[in-house]
Amino acid sequence: MKQFAKSTLKVPSVLLVAGMTFTAGAALAEPITVVSWGGSYGAAQDAALFNDASKNSGIEITRESGASMSKTCLQVESGAVTWDLVVTGSGGAASAAAKGCLEKIDYSVVDVSDFYDNLYTDYCVGSDVFATVMSWNTDKYGEPGSPGAPQSWADFWDVEKFPGTRAYRANNVDGALEPALMADGVPADQVYEVLSTEEGMKRAINKIRELKPHIAVFWDSGAMQAQLMKDGEVDMSTGWNGRFDNAKKDGAKVGYTFDQALLDYDCFAMPKGAPNKDVAMKFLAEVSKPEYQANLPFHITYGPTNKKAYELTTAPKELIESLPSHPNNVPKMLPVSLDWYAKNRTKALELYMELLSE
Amino acid sequence: MHQEPRDNQLNVEPLRAQEVREQWKLLSLASPALLVIVAIILIPVTWLFYLSFVGGDGQFSLEHYRKMIEYKSYSRTFITTFKVSILTTLICILIGYPLAYFLALLPQRLAGLFMLAVLLPFWTSLLVRTYAWLVLLQRKGILNDFAMQIGLWDSPVKLVHNMTGTLIGMAHIMLPFLVLPLYSAMKKIERDMMHAASNLGASPTYAFWKVYFPLSLSGLVAGSLIVFVLCLGFYVTPAVLGGGRVVMVSTQITAILENQFNWGAASALGVVLLLATLLILYLASRLFKLDAVLFGKD
Repeated sequence: MKQFAKSTLKVPSVLLVAGMTFTAGAALAEPITVVSWGGSYGAAQDAALFNDASKNSGIEITRESGASMSKTCLQVESGAVTWDLVVTGSGGAASAAAKGCLEKIDYSVVDVSDFYDNLYTDYCVGSDVFATVMSWNTDKYGEPGSPGAPQSWADFWDVEKFPGTRAYRANNVDGALEPALMADGVPADQVYEVLSTEEGMKRAINKIRELKPHIAVFWDSGAMQAQLMKDGEVDMSTGWNGRFDNAKKDGAKVGYTFDQALLDYDCFAMPKGAPNKDVAMKFLAEVSKPEYQANLPFHITYGPTNKKAYELTTAPKELIESLPSHPNNVPKMLPVSLDWYAKNRTKALELYMELLSE
Repeated sequence: MHQEPRDNQLNVEPLRAQEVREQWKLLSLASPALLVIVAIILIPVTWLFYLSFVGGDGQFSLEHYRKMIEYKSYSRTFITTFKVSILTTLICILIGYPLAYFLALLPQRLAGLFMLAVLLPFWTSLLVRTYAWLVLLQRKGILNDFAMQIGLWDSPVKLVHNMTGTLIGMAHIMLPFLVLPLYSAMKKIERDMMHAASNLGASPTYAFWKVYFPLSLSGLVAGSLIVFVLCLGFYVTPAVLGGGRVVMVSTQITAILENQFNWGAASALGVVLLLATLLILYLASRLFKLDAVLFGKD
């Protein structure tokens, strides 16, 4: 009997406590859901951005992995949005925005005055800068910058001067056509102009078709790029600079160059109808501050989007100079044109899939 | 002697009534399962059909189907899909039939042990097995290293990231699906039949083809169909071992969904694959008595 009384007493008190935390939480804000990618990328963002920004702003976050714009659009279309901030590639954000899946960024809340001009749009705010580069096996073709090492996309295509196998992008056209045109002799600043016609796209496709017998593998993830170079499965590959740096840390004989690379960025986007829109916008403003971005290079070799982060960072000089967004490296590269992708991505992807299925 | 058929005749009515009653009972017992099937299969498939006819502007449209004719990549991926499925099924038959025959001949205890060897990989994660093949077959992989060391070949042979690797991996993964039904069909064949055949003067080969093989055919057809249909929609293994050079329908559906968010186009591909599969099952049912094969009816 005594025990029974005790246990009945306990129940309401638990309910009371639960009720209190619930109301208290509602008064402040419920945690916002921030979605990124798994592996070293998400871990780097947690360490550099999310944990500290959450602590300093008092905004509680729930972290999820498996960010994808197609899942975001599915949530929006089915009217069951649970995500507040989603990490995405710039091209993915542009497509999702065109489909009406994204909320407009409120730039009266998010301060981008110190951002590079082309690293934010109406629908997404740049989180880090990466480059699509050509990498190669340094045992086979020499260290980057050494005499005889590959320097340009023309070298990537030159299987006589650099005999061996290649890897190229599978099932996704992002960053796949531009190198082909540069290898075909189109100057970097005219690439998107040439690509804006169907003949231009076909010219790029034909150039890739020329190399296709030497493309041993088509990669479909960053992890695969690193693995292919680490295993020596191919001698040259396109891919994202941070992945090759990680592979090198793991002992892979891999080097790359920023010459003629494609300068691109990842960003934060907000699904249309995000459950905690206002709070999430404030959190976005917080993580975009330079003091957090300044810590990012310690965890992954992707550069800040906020110029001020370069002034604040305590990272060593060599590390800073190896980042794709470093002022010394930016002029070597071709910035990816989101306008071009918004207009031509669907068509280009059809043509590219056509080539891959041959 | 003449009364027997009349007796049977007399029993027909009550027997039929009993059969009908039994069938209703069975149906009612199966109804929860049927409801689940309606909920998790029929409704989504109907939804898939519906989506495939919705164009980019949200109106009824045949644009997704038109695109599948306009671009050759779609027909090519269908051809690749069927090619991979047919070849995998053939390889499984070539390896699986002798294997099942061998197992059926063994005494029960030994057969159990060997069956474990067939089933053990079956219980291992699909991803692990697929990546294991990658480690074995790649350019600087175990097999190439070994063969070059003992002088079988001088430079690495391309065993993976192509059709060869895909087929090796697929056949390995699909083999149990063929061996299990085949083995159970073979176990049912009376040994005495073969003895009777040889007693009547048939050579072992003749007896095998005239007696054993036809009796094992139901198991073979069932196993082959399961393997073939599973292959049609397979994703992981061709994606990893094909190295982007073996583009199957499943790969293309992923590409369309991930990169274009185009549910309509992806649904249209799914619908065509489903219809093609049903057509093949229908043709197979005309060729073989599928009822006998799949439901054990005579």
